[in-house]
Amino acid sequence: MFEVKGLEAWYGESHVLHGVDFQVGEGEVVTLLGRNGAGKTTTMKSIMGLVPRRRGSIIYKGRETVKMRPDEVAKSGIAICPEERGIFAGLNVTENLMLPPVIGPGGLDLPTIYALFPNLKERAASQGTKLSGGEQQMLAIGRILRTGAKFLLLDEPTEGLAPVIVQQIGRTIRELRTRGFTVLLVEQNFRFAATVADRHYVMEHGRVIDMIPNSEIEAKMDKLHEYLGV
Amino acid sequence: MFMIFGYPVALLFGQLLLGLINGAFYALLSLGLAIIFGMLNIINFAHGALFMVGAFVAWMLQNYLGLDYWWALILSPLIVGAFAVVLEKTVICRLYRIDHLYGLLLTFGLALILEGLFRNEYGSSGLPYRIPQALSGGANLGFMFMPLYRGWVVLVAVVTCLAVWLVIEKTSIGAKLRAATENPGLVQAFGVNVPRMITLTYAAGVALAAFAGVLAAPIYSVNPNMGSNLIIVVFAVVVIGGMGSILGSIVTGFGLGVAEGLTKVFYPQASATVIFVVMVIVLLARPAGLFGKAA
Repeated sequence: MFEVKGLEAWYGESHVLHGVDFQVGEGEVVTLLGRNGAGKTTTMKSIMGLVPRRRGSIIYKGRETVKMRPDEVAKSGIAICPEERGIFAGLNVTENLMLPPVIGPGGLDLPTIYALFPNLKERAASQGTKLSGGEQQMLAIGRILRTGAKFLLLDEPTEGLAPVIVQQIGRTIRELRTRGFTVLLVEQNFRFAATVADRHYVMEHGRVIDMIPNSEIEAKMDKLHEYLGV
Repeated sequence: MFMIFGYPVALLFGQLLLGLINGAFYALLSLGLAIIFGMLNIINFAHGALFMVGAFVAWMLQNYLGLDYWWALILSPLIVGAFAVVLEKTVICRLYRIDHLYGLLLTFGLALILEGLFRNEYGSSGLPYRIPQALSGGANLGFMFMPLYRGWVVLVAVVTCLAVWLVIEKTSIGAKLRAATENPGLVQAFGVNVPRMITLTYAAGVALAAFAGVLAAPIYSVNPNMGSNLIIVVFAVVVIGGMGSILGSIVTGFGLGVAEGLTKVFYPQASATVIFVVMVIVLLARPAGLFGKAA
């Protein structure tokens, strides 16, 4: 359903991605693992068209999107929850939640989103950036569930969060999977990744260097440690 | 005759009204500048010239097409706004990735070109524009005589400013605008056509200037310099209110108009400089302006 082939990306003069290849099947949860600077976040941004220059092929539902503007990529049904969360300080929680326009049918309605993230309802009138880190993360995930986009890019949703919130986000991702969403997840924490994902791609120096199905993760633990340097 | 602080009441209120009128134009113009600056990160030095063009379009509509003031109030902002779309699409859109200085140079150059064109065609002595029939005359309020048209200008400016503020702060379009001011890339990645939004924002800011130009046409004579006389003060208003602050530009615009008017009563010698004195004091105390967020 989603296929990246030979994806290269640049920030100014620096060549960050050197030919990234991977696929995500419909309804799968797939992670990109790798050390800092391996190119995971840049891969996410390149998929959305948020890097200054990119080349290669990104095919979603049979359409080539590598030449599209970010808003056109979004309208094709891909939504991003960025690493820095991207909560707008000038907007309250409800406005943040309602900001992304609906691009098609099949999005979750507000009561369902509030059921997934009860905190958001209580803080509807608060300024977006006044929320705790965990609440901001829920808001960042919640707002892309409304739009009808069925392919979600979640960039380190557990970064810096308390274990109980990490568990809640894990439950949410599994719930999204059962609701038919497809998820591409960037993670530093592969123990967390192993609880939610079907497959893992390992990135290094701007390339995908290995793929590990979740069922083999125990057997390949040594190799993973070596890749991630943990 | 009534006196307050040893000054005749009629004089006091007369200057207060004059201050409100000037404040109305300061507010409308600095509001447009604030919207444009927030979204495009460009200080639109052509704003005063586009205000002037708005007044001229009203004059042209009346003299060439026989369309009266009420038509001009609607058509002139649309025509000048459409011109702004062309400007943004052809030249201003090239500025976003380069140094701010180029934005200043380009828009200042545009102002000179526009003013030169109109001076060449219509001279600089000014053309008369009649007050519409329904708003001519005035009312005696007991303590002062109120020309109807001046009351109308203040009323329309207040309503327009409030409407713009409401749209920006309370609607979903306004939320998109505020979000795109913070992080245009992410807003575009959510599926909003941000380049089109930028074009329309520029057009809306310019349309506000043209609208103010039509309001001004019956008060000041329509002449090519009417914008450049006003815009210096408007930039001081923007700096005092805080760059890009919507509420700041409205409150500061009216407030400084009134301050200027009252200075004319109490110490006329300072009336031309009072705004700049306020600017110096505000910048010393709050470098980001009264309503600006510190960087």
